[in-house]
Amino acid sequence: MKNLGEAVIGLETHCQLTSLKSKLFCGCSANYRGRSPNTLVCPVCLGLPGSLPVLNRRAVELAVMVALALKSKIPERSLFFRKNYYYPDMPKNFQISQYDKSGGVPIAVGGSMSFRVDGEERTVEILRVQLEEDPARLLYPGSIDTSPYTLVDYNRAGVALLEIVTKPVLRSPREARLFLQRLRSTLEHLGVSDGGLEGAMRCDANISLAGGKRVEVKNISSFKEVERALEFEITRQRSLLARGKGVAMETRHWDEVKRVTVSLRVKEEEHDYRYFPEPDLVPVVIPRKYVDEVGAAMPELPDARRDRFIDEYGLPLYDAEVLTSEKALADFFEECVRLGGDAKKVSNWMMTDFLRWLREEDLDVADSRVTTQNLVEMIRLVEDGTISGKIGKSVLREMMKTGKSPREIIEAEGLLRIDSEEEISRLVDRVIEEKPKAVQDALTDEKAVNFLIGQLMRLSRGRTDPTLANKVMREKLEALRQRKP
Amino acid sequence: MPEPYSLSAREVSERIRFRELSAEECVASIFQRIREVDDDLHAFVSLSESSALERAREVDRRLREGKNVGRLAGVTVAVKDNICTEGLRTTCSSRMLENFLPLYNATVVERLLREGAIIVGKTNMDEFAMGSSTESSYFGPTRNPWDKSRVPGGSSGGSAVTVAADEAALALGSDTGGSVRCPASFCSVVGLKPTYGLVSRYGLIAYANSLEQIGPLAGDVYDCALLLSVIAGHDVRDGTSVDIRVDDYTKSLGDDLRGLRVGVPKEFFGEGVEEEVAKIVWDGIHNLEELGASYEELSLPTLRYALATYYLIAMSEASSNLARYDGLRYGYSEKALAEDWSKTFSRNRMTGFGPEVRRRIILGTYALSAGYYDRYYLKALQVRTLIKEEFEKTFKGFDVIVGPTMPVLPFKMGEKIDDPLALYMCDILTVPANLVGCPAISIPCGFVHDLPVGMQAVAPFFREELLFRVGFAFEGRLRR
Repeated sequence: MKNLGEAVIGLETHCQLTSLKSKLFCGCSANYRGRSPNTLVCPVCLGLPGSLPVLNRRAVELAVMVALALKSKIPERSLFFRKNYYYPDMPKNFQISQYDKSGGVPIAVGGSMSFRVDGEERTVEILRVQLEEDPARLLYPGSIDTSPYTLVDYNRAGVALLEIVTKPVLRSPREARLFLQRLRSTLEHLGVSDGGLEGAMRCDANISLAGGKRVEVKNISSFKEVERALEFEITRQRSLLARGKGVAMETRHWDEVKRVTVSLRVKEEEHDYRYFPEPDLVPVVIPRKYVDEVGAAMPELPDARRDRFIDEYGLPLYDAEVLTSEKALADFFEECVRLGGDAKKVSNWMMTDFLRWLREEDLDVADSRVTTQNLVEMIRLVEDGTISGKIGKSVLREMMKTGKSPREIIEAEGLLRIDSEEEISRLVDRVIEEKPKAVQDALTDEKAVNFLIGQLMRLSRGRTDPTLANKVMREKLEALRQRKP
Repeated sequence: MPEPYSLSAREVSERIRFRELSAEECVASIFQRIREVDDDLHAFVSLSESSALERAREVDRRLREGKNVGRLAGVTVAVKDNICTEGLRTTCSSRMLENFLPLYNATVVERLLREGAIIVGKTNMDEFAMGSSTESSYFGPTRNPWDKSRVPGGSSGGSAVTVAADEAALALGSDTGGSVRCPASFCSVVGLKPTYGLVSRYGLIAYANSLEQIGPLAGDVYDCALLLSVIAGHDVRDGTSVDIRVDDYTKSLGDDLRGLRVGVPKEFFGEGVEEEVAKIVWDGIHNLEELGASYEELSLPTLRYALATYYLIAMSEASSNLARYDGLRYGYSEKALAEDWSKTFSRNRMTGFGPEVRRRIILGTYALSAGYYDRYYLKALQVRTLIKEEFEKTFKGFDVIVGPTMPVLPFKMGEKIDDPLALYMCDILTVPANLVGCPAISIPCGFVHDLPVGMQAVAPFFREELLFRVGFAFEGRLRR
């Protein structure tokens, strides 16, 4: 028996195959980001009368790689279908997509992907993987509510999308995010999609709570937003159920700015997409032999890399899992090791300060300005005692912000470790002079000694060698004790 | 010497190549002829006189310089107005595309130009190729040159008339359910629907993609074979184009048909076929026999489902193909916007499309709807497969299948236009070839009450040369 309000979540992820040079059905460049609107277009992607789509074979190859990574079944013959609906972002008022009903066969069916939630392995079953074309981009100057008109940029129209649909088996918004992260890492390891690009991975989620109907949430642009949108929906649906009101079957839209979902249409208004086989494209034939060839040339996937990190570098499972959760992170780690960094130490620094800072600042690995060389250098400075571990933390933070080398930062801020006994002795004298009360206590109370050492550290901004400081302080206190009658 | 406009494509190209006639003279003569007859016939929607003359002079110049001029040097061609011509408006005879200027040439147009052909203009048609009489054109009907009170057939009525009335040496049409063969039959010219995939559809404005092909229309079989030789062949821009070797079809022509096995389906002479039409086509079949062919009667029982199957598939595909015409990027658009995009789209489509187009979009939308798809569209696809199998089986025993092209004589203008079902019935003998995908030709077979009758021959996939062989021998015998 399920608890009232327990959530069941399914995801429909749209991933652009960003490594493709051209669009799915024409030769136009697919690299539309930062380009002037409506400059990467041709009769085919504008859907001009008389134009015909021609399938990009490379897109099929990438889809096969993804299907293999998801352990999906790849039918020898799959079909393109037309999904008919009117919308201003659709040049033809239909989308060339795939379908798994009415005799349709998508490029891949079934499969699964495993990932970890709090150390526990979860496996999400995949329903299907399909190829389709991206619609154009609609721009509302100002905001969607206030803009008197809408601009259409067809540069994105026809870009290859891979739709990956899961069974409704995810149990929490966090689980949904972790799944998506693993999926993104997988696509990045395959080199098919760069999830860091704006709009490269978009998501629709369906969610139902025990006792309620299924609600679909559209227009979610990133993983963080998925978690937020689903959390909002759970709260909304729970409060409806708690008040004895039903949850209607409907499609809702996630408003990123207001952070709420808004009803788009109820079940009665659902589209009838009138799917039917695309007559302008012949069936996609994928022979077994071709699949084997693609499979043989597959790059290392996150799971294999995680296991290798454990074997090769002796990392704990958790660390290996986190480091392979993003390709950029794993690459960064291995580059540091290649540069001579000690694997465990590099991992520790990355797992703690490096990632914490990225999360605090809401940044990707690529946004951090610290280079692998600099991180390795910083670790070396801590190891050889040039700076203390504590100083290392603040140096790293500065490195991430400015991109400066650790040496530059240390020199500019006078952060070198103080390890001459003479200098430490002077500092200890100052502390003794400034804190006579604590000194009195320290003669009898061990806790007060630690307080004095703390003061010393503060005075030197943490640069003092702790062992040496301890030694000198105790010597001086012992001398004082001796002098006492 | 006859007027240049009355010469066949073969004669024109030979005379121009031998410098007995200049391309410019020929083109000027054609436009003179168009001015004389086209006010009455209304075969053209748009003319391109200045660019045609310019291209003719270019051909003449190249000839003077001893350069290569191509197989159709100086030959005039009229192009159906659903085939894209760069910078020359392409309307589909619809208000929706009244001012549409394509940004590119259809592959067939490129191939024509590469061979030195001269495009004289765009021909009238049923709106979006939906019809069999060329009466549903937004720009008004085309008349049959043999009897101006009658329809020329359709939907490529304008193209057939240009050839029949010497307004162009050759013409291109498109054939979705008989749209090349029907007007060829009604206007006494030769018209061919090629095997699906033989001629590139790139640049053909789609009505029903899985059924249609661009096809040649010509005054005689040789010219028809010549035109097909130029436009046929693989095109990477059309995913359904088949990559096979295309020979010069004019080389397969001969005077006798010894050894040819002709099948005559009794369904081609069944209910709805006018007696006089049946009689003259039977005369034609006996002529084939005299040329050395043998014939045998047979039955194709699935043909009784062909018309319904055809219309379900054609309308379903059309409802999706024509969805793009919403007036947002190009095409007809009301000046004042409605309150939202959806209503704006509806209004543009309500006014931009004529009644027959709207009817087919609505019926096709219905057939594809949830709950009806299996019952209509999917069922139609299954029946299509059955018909295809029946034809394939038949072709094991016969080289060609022969019968009338049209069940009726050219009818009066206005006679059937308000009775869609009566009009749809006219396609009963032509749609099977589109459903199967195999080639079919209509050859002039004689006259009944001074009105033309066409004989249809259907061949197995990619056996166009058989159809030309039959047509050429038959045509020669009729002339003698």
